[in-house]
Amino acid sequence: MNPILSRRRFIKAVIASGAAAATHSGISSAVAGGQETAGEKGAVERLMSLTINGRTRRVDILPQETLAFTLRYKLGLTGTKIGCNRGECGACTVLIDDIPNYSCSTLTHSVRERSVLTVEGLQGEDGSLHPVQQAFIDELAPQCGFCTPGQLMAAVGLLKDNPHPSREEARQAMSGNLCRCGAPMAWCLRGSTRVLWRMGA
Amino acid sequence: MVFARLYTSPMAHGRVTGIDTSALDGMEGIVGILTADDIPAMESPNAAILTNLPVYIGDPILAVAAEDEKTAEDAIARIKVHIEPLPFTVDPLDSLVEGGPNAREEGNVFARSSEGSGFRTIKWSAQQLADFRAGKEPTGEWAHEWSYGDLEKGFADAKVVFEEPFVTIGYAHMSMEPRTAMAYWENGTCYVYGSAQSQSFWIPGLARLLGVEQKDVVLISENTGGGFGSKIGAYPIAGLPGWFSKKIGRPVQLRITREQEYYIGSARVGFQGWIKMGFAANGKITAADVFIIEDIGPNATGGDGSSAGGAISLVYDPSAMRFRGVPVLTNTTPRGAQRGPGQNQIAAVMAPLMDKAARQLDIDRLEIRRINAVNNDTTVYENQEPVTSAYMKEALDKGAEMFGWTAKSRRPKKDGTKVIGLGIGQGYHSAGATGFDGLLRITPDGRIHLHSGVGNLGTYSYAVTTRAAAEVLKCDWDDCVIEHGNTEANLPWSSYQAGSVSIFTHTRANYVAALDAVEKMKQIAAESLGGATSDYDIDGKQVFNKRNPRQGMSYGAVAARAIQLGGSYSGAVYPDDIHEVTKRAVQNLAGSGLIGVAKDNLEQKGVIPGLACAFVEIELDLETGKYEILDYVGIAECGTVVHPQGVAAQMKGGAVWGMGMAGLERHVYDPQNGLPANVGYHQCGIPTYLDTPLHIRTGAVDLPDPQNPFGARGIGEPAMGCSVAAMMSAISDALDGHVFGRTPISRDMIINYVAGREQSFKPLQTNNF
Repeated sequence: MNPILSRRRFIKAVIASGAAAATHSGISSAVAGGQETAGEKGAVERLMSLTINGRTRRVDILPQETLAFTLRYKLGLTGTKIGCNRGECGACTVLIDDIPNYSCSTLTHSVRERSVLTVEGLQGEDGSLHPVQQAFIDELAPQCGFCTPGQLMAAVGLLKDNPHPSREEARQAMSGNLCRCGAPMAWCLRGSTRVLWRMGA
Repeated sequence: MVFARLYTSPMAHGRVTGIDTSALDGMEGIVGILTADDIPAMESPNAAILTNLPVYIGDPILAVAAEDEKTAEDAIARIKVHIEPLPFTVDPLDSLVEGGPNAREEGNVFARSSEGSGFRTIKWSAQQLADFRAGKEPTGEWAHEWSYGDLEKGFADAKVVFEEPFVTIGYAHMSMEPRTAMAYWENGTCYVYGSAQSQSFWIPGLARLLGVEQKDVVLISENTGGGFGSKIGAYPIAGLPGWFSKKIGRPVQLRITREQEYYIGSARVGFQGWIKMGFAANGKITAADVFIIEDIGPNATGGDGSSAGGAISLVYDPSAMRFRGVPVLTNTTPRGAQRGPGQNQIAAVMAPLMDKAARQLDIDRLEIRRINAVNNDTTVYENQEPVTSAYMKEALDKGAEMFGWTAKSRRPKKDGTKVIGLGIGQGYHSAGATGFDGLLRITPDGRIHLHSGVGNLGTYSYAVTTRAAAEVLKCDWDDCVIEHGNTEANLPWSSYQAGSVSIFTHTRANYVAALDAVEKMKQIAAESLGGATSDYDIDGKQVFNKRNPRQGMSYGAVAARAIQLGGSYSGAVYPDDIHEVTKRAVQNLAGSGLIGVAKDNLEQKGVIPGLACAFVEIELDLETGKYEILDYVGIAECGTVVHPQGVAAQMKGGAVWGMGMAGLERHVYDPQNGLPANVGYHQCGIPTYLDTPLHIRTGAVDLPDPQNPFGARGIGEPAMGCSVAAMMSAISDALDGHVFGRTPISRDMIINYVAGREQSFKPLQTNNF
């Protein structure tokens, strides 16, 4: 039942699918072709100093290494989740100079002079939870919790930029963070914006 | 630890004729290669861990382990796999028509039945298929059938009879956490870290996958990032690190990418069907005749069709009905149970049809649902079984009041190009199981260890259900320790945690285990302090003599005495009827405290219905086809509400899922090359904050189920079914009752309809954008 092969149809299908290129896309490569150069001669690690959660961390970085990879697998900061590794889901959201970024799509080299905040850095010095974290708990916002670190960072990033967001502004600001369980879609938003307002007040 | 990466099939169906790994010779960091030849073959059509006969794009063929992931990836890119292409199909109807390709060499249909399952080849003539596409009753061969009542009489008694074809696209689960797994061997035991929806229930399957005895496998799965039916039991890829680790003698981690999660993470079964309904003048459904062609993917995972038929019989209670079905294999991502498998597809189909009948009979759309609502006297399914309890009418009334149905129904519908649509939906899934085990242990320090074999999807199932035991023991929750997340923690045999069963099933199991512990405590007190067992009672800290409350023993002292007494008190002896998994747990715990252990043999009769209804108001723009959800009210009918926030979370999450199914979530394969078009989140179209309303209101009927000691039954799946049904109903209402008969309803479909243009796909076609 397959229609007659045509070049146009084939190209259309490949473009539509993204599958052919994506099948073996790597965990750590942010750029196409990265897997070809990595491991080859010339792809050397370089020692860098990063500012993560207010502390200076020295770590060896590959040229094409993503921040999500560095955080999770070199610095042990596994609170940052990798849900898609292609800039779609937001589970890897961290703040870079207070701006929410997808760490799966950020090269670690690009944050050398920046300040990175991950979910591990949200709690206070006394170990108390950040008010947005507390709001998520109070509202029973997360279900499986996998998207939660990213949702939290997006919410905190919004607060830093706009202490008095409207609900619509909050909805827009957090629209880059998916939740497959669906519950926080409506609920985290309400809980966290309530906290944002409370804190703003 | 070493890292493994997968080589997955680039072809929809083929035979591997050669694997050339010569490019890896001398490559630094490569630790090993695992192919299908290293692993026992799986009987077709079951999914294999690795295969030489790939049956869909993304089917895992081999894996490479290396010192680091990057090296493993590089190696994968260098390996040449020669595959001889075989015919393939991505739409069941293309396979069903005479001369059409079969998804597997053994046939195009796999029919499962209690009398024996097997491959079949079923073909319809081109005319039969054309008639089916035209909306006529299918006349081709089918594989499954059941019925009850007098169908002919039912249609003869009807005032309104209509037939409708329908399509529901089976889309991907796309759990946020990809099914990454790690395994190593220690003293003959395989330790597996995996992403599991249930915990104890995985053990038999995991042991089978690894070719070991159940006692020789340990599963660690403390938190799982979403399952939705796709991680119920041990899925094949979870066995790969164990086999690889065995081969190379090192711990192996296999991380799964988003694309691979799409491939092996499964998808909902798709429907292409036909339904004929008959309604009496008073709105009562006199007959329902449904025919469903199921897209069961390459591994024949299904049963959705018959479940859909069952849901019709329960939710709408037709006086007579017939179900017929054909489960057709396709070379698309493997199918699996997905949130309300069958029930939720048919919920989407049925809602606009109920509206259509109401309009034709001039009955209010709420009223026609009340007339047919499942209640305590309804009998359901093929054998017309009773239900434990059911209060759909009460749910509808509560929802209508919260939503303001009457007032909203009277408001003007149209304002310029914007049209208001109101919808009502009903959802159902059976919501309970029986026969699983409960296990707890009281230690001499007075702590209550509640052993739970349920998984953790973040819904606190392990805590909510063990709480039942704490209630019976009247103990302080702070004195309780929940043992879960690692089968080495000696966990009892527990359910599959699918089908919304957890709360009904495991509160019962914990209840009987706690009753066993209480009885033993009283016996020990009587033995130690004198008197009869019946003289004693518990108050949470003490076992005491009812006539002389000062005469008693603390829970800790009772536990210490249990250890001294041995036998059933300490777990040295245990009931014969508990599961092998529970027996091993008790053997390991024996002598460490007072053991409460029992199988749930409490009486259970009839179907346990989890029910929900939803009301939704949308504003649809006739120029863009876009709609905003203005209001949503979801009502749970899940017996007694045990955890109000938990029920609300399920109702809201289910609502979002329903909104995704109704209008957004796609599953598209290119029919020419068999390529999937949506391996990522964006392409799949799962709902975002911008697609869902800011307010989702929920409520519950909160009337107890008589067959659960706490009155509770599950709600996770009906929470979605009512939503997709309400959405379909609302879209139809906004378009003067037009029935699309299809999910998802995309914007271009709406625009085409409004403009009077033909749709861009032929009737009953799948894989349309």
